[in-house]
Amino acid sequence: MDLRYTPDELAFRDELRAFFRDNLPGDIRERMRLGHAPSKADIVTWQRVLNRRSWAAYSWPKEYGGPGWTPVQRMIFLEENQLAPAPEVSSFNITMIGPVLIQFGTDDQKKRFLPRAANIDDWWCQGFSEPGAGSDLASLKTTAKRDGGDYVVNGQKIWTSTAHHADWCFCLVRTDSQAKRRQQGISFLLIDMKTPGITVRPIISIDGSHHLNEVFFDDVRVPVELRVGEENHGWDIAKFLLGHERTGIARLGKSKERVKFAREAAREMRANGKPLIEDPGFRQRVAQLETDMKALEITQMRVVSAHDKNHDGKPDPLSSVLKVKGTELLQATTELAMDVGGPLSMPDWAHELAALSNEPELGPEWATEATRSYLFLRAASIYGGTNEIQKNILTKAVLGL
Amino acid sequence: MDFDLTEEQRLLRDSVERLLGDHYGFDKRRSYLAEPDGWSRKLWSQYAELGLLALPFPESYGGFGGGPIEVMLVMEGFGRALALEPYLATVVLAGTALRLAGNEGQKSMILPQIAEGRLILAFAHGERQARYDLTDVLTTARRKSGGWVLDGAKSVVLHGDSAQRLVVSARTSGERDNPDGITLFLVDGAANGVARRSYPMRDGMRAAEISLSDVEVGSEDVLGEVGKAFPLIERVVEAGIAATAAEAVGAMEAMQALTLEYLKTRQQFGRPIGENQVLQHRAAEMLMELERGRSMVMLAAMMLEEPDDAERAHNIAMAKVGVGQASKFVSQNAIQLHGGIGMTEEYAVGHYFRRCMVIEHLFGDTAHHLSRLADAVK
Repeated sequence: MDLRYTPDELAFRDELRAFFRDNLPGDIRERMRLGHAPSKADIVTWQRVLNRRSWAAYSWPKEYGGPGWTPVQRMIFLEENQLAPAPEVSSFNITMIGPVLIQFGTDDQKKRFLPRAANIDDWWCQGFSEPGAGSDLASLKTTAKRDGGDYVVNGQKIWTSTAHHADWCFCLVRTDSQAKRRQQGISFLLIDMKTPGITVRPIISIDGSHHLNEVFFDDVRVPVELRVGEENHGWDIAKFLLGHERTGIARLGKSKERVKFAREAAREMRANGKPLIEDPGFRQRVAQLETDMKALEITQMRVVSAHDKNHDGKPDPLSSVLKVKGTELLQATTELAMDVGGPLSMPDWAHELAALSNEPELGPEWATEATRSYLFLRAASIYGGTNEIQKNILTKAVLGL
Repeated sequence: MDFDLTEEQRLLRDSVERLLGDHYGFDKRRSYLAEPDGWSRKLWSQYAELGLLALPFPESYGGFGGGPIEVMLVMEGFGRALALEPYLATVVLAGTALRLAGNEGQKSMILPQIAEGRLILAFAHGERQARYDLTDVLTTARRKSGGWVLDGAKSVVLHGDSAQRLVVSARTSGERDNPDGITLFLVDGAANGVARRSYPMRDGMRAAEISLSDVEVGSEDVLGEVGKAFPLIERVVEAGIAATAAEAVGAMEAMQALTLEYLKTRQQFGRPIGENQVLQHRAAEMLMELERGRSMVMLAAMMLEEPDDAERAHNIAMAKVGVGQASKFVSQNAIQLHGGIGMTEEYAVGHYFRRCMVIEHLFGDTAHHLSRLADAVK
């Protein structure tokens, strides 16, 4: 047993660090450091830089345009990318549709979509949740009826992140409403967002941003060859996705980066006549977070290392621990960054920023962004299977209750 | 990065498990508690036979040359069984002091005796006024004709009642709270001037208040350098933290198992109480805390051999905090989920609870270490 990285793993980390230092554009790095959500342009730019090294599709095998890394290397990559701090590669492209096509896609589908997903020539979004199907995903109602060589899709998806940017949507639809079990009548379709009959409506979230959408399908025709897997077997793919590559879900590098930023910012802010960084209460909060991050780091290594050894392809139920603890930490660390700003974190001057106004600042940019991030990440314990659903998974899969 | 145990480590874990499984039922444990020492001499010789008492010592002194991972495995087993024997006091605490600071003569004399199960030791450092401050030593040692004379009192000395020899810290120079000027001595438990008051701790483990008045020791009984023992004391305490953290995780595993069993069998409102989601989620949270504890125990074991002092101390403090918080959550909820039966002396869960409670208050509690970590925030 040895928790330390091997010399090879350290060399790999150093190679990444050097690459990020030399290739991450300075303006993107600065926006990320100040806590901005990466823009579409920043994500695309950085993902393409990575893809030139075959690193964008970091979890894919070499034959499909990935680097063929081990799970440990992938974990190091994610963390270093977050620490840089650089925009994260599109999870819809890289950890969702990519692995689905590699596992279930036809040769044509792989050829057509994988290289474009890696290079983010296509921006993908995920059409799973519906107004009546959140945690209870199998109750989804959007239908796809066969008509010649097409499916005709009707229904509504909701909480569709970045649908307004998307070129394609991978969708769960009901192809058999008579199936004995609800899970049996579901299929997995790839839908071109330019198809007539699709309407995208923004949902503005509590952070003031437009990230989420409703997507309406009104007699949308989807060629049958854009179905992935067998008809009525889409639920297998949904389950595969839930278990695939969950180790990245802790986003530990992001939490570490936020605490580091908060410590730096706390040197500039004051508390009781001294720099905030010298305040015992603040220091204790930082110490607690750093302790929790250390524990999660080791738990994550345990999950990844077990995955490295047993290639049974089954998801480790402990990845639910990573999801719950990781998102709790992500929320706590962004809250810390917001609290450092104090009242200066409360002004919302996104519009002034966007207008490039020459008026004096309403507050430090990082503080208003910290608050946006705090608000946005209330979703972290909701998306990807709520933390309560994760506890249900642990209850059944590990505890046997 | 590698989390696998070696073949030897697996064998060790399994043989500890087997031995304790055979000898540490709830009723047997009670009978050991009732023995004069409050633990089983018979089992102690079985530990010796199995090589557990020789585990962390070099082979040249009759040891097995094991490291922190091996000790971790043994301590987890002890935690699951709530073993009462003075392993922590003898092998981990005093053993670490001897292994790190003993001279050739001391090591070749004492380590084989520990390994063979013939010598019980205790680490007599804490004092009544010191709480968790390791530098707060008022016991004194003054030179006298080629030797030393010790005066003072040591408090909550784990297994200090049954120890034949004591590793005693005393001030040879400097004021209270000064890290310089502390020296370790090997003191015979039966020496003139040593008085011991024995008592059980809240978890049944034994300890003693030890007073020293005009206790004479030879110069050959100085352990390490005169006046320079403080870094050594820190190492001993770090070894104690790592070992008891592993023990706490063993106890947490046992509490988690008892609680799950109870949730599955206890019927209320016509169904097992484990069908209530509020209890399921609590159990899932206990599992998450247990996993956090497990990770922190690995961290502590791994860091014991880290050569950088600050790095080692920092990580071990984090482990103490992580395990302390995890064990408090698991043990408090283990009682809560059991309801009334969890409150009874007749049921195991309360015994595990009290072991975790005592461990939390050894070597600095969660608040103490969190505040040390906070001091280091930059």
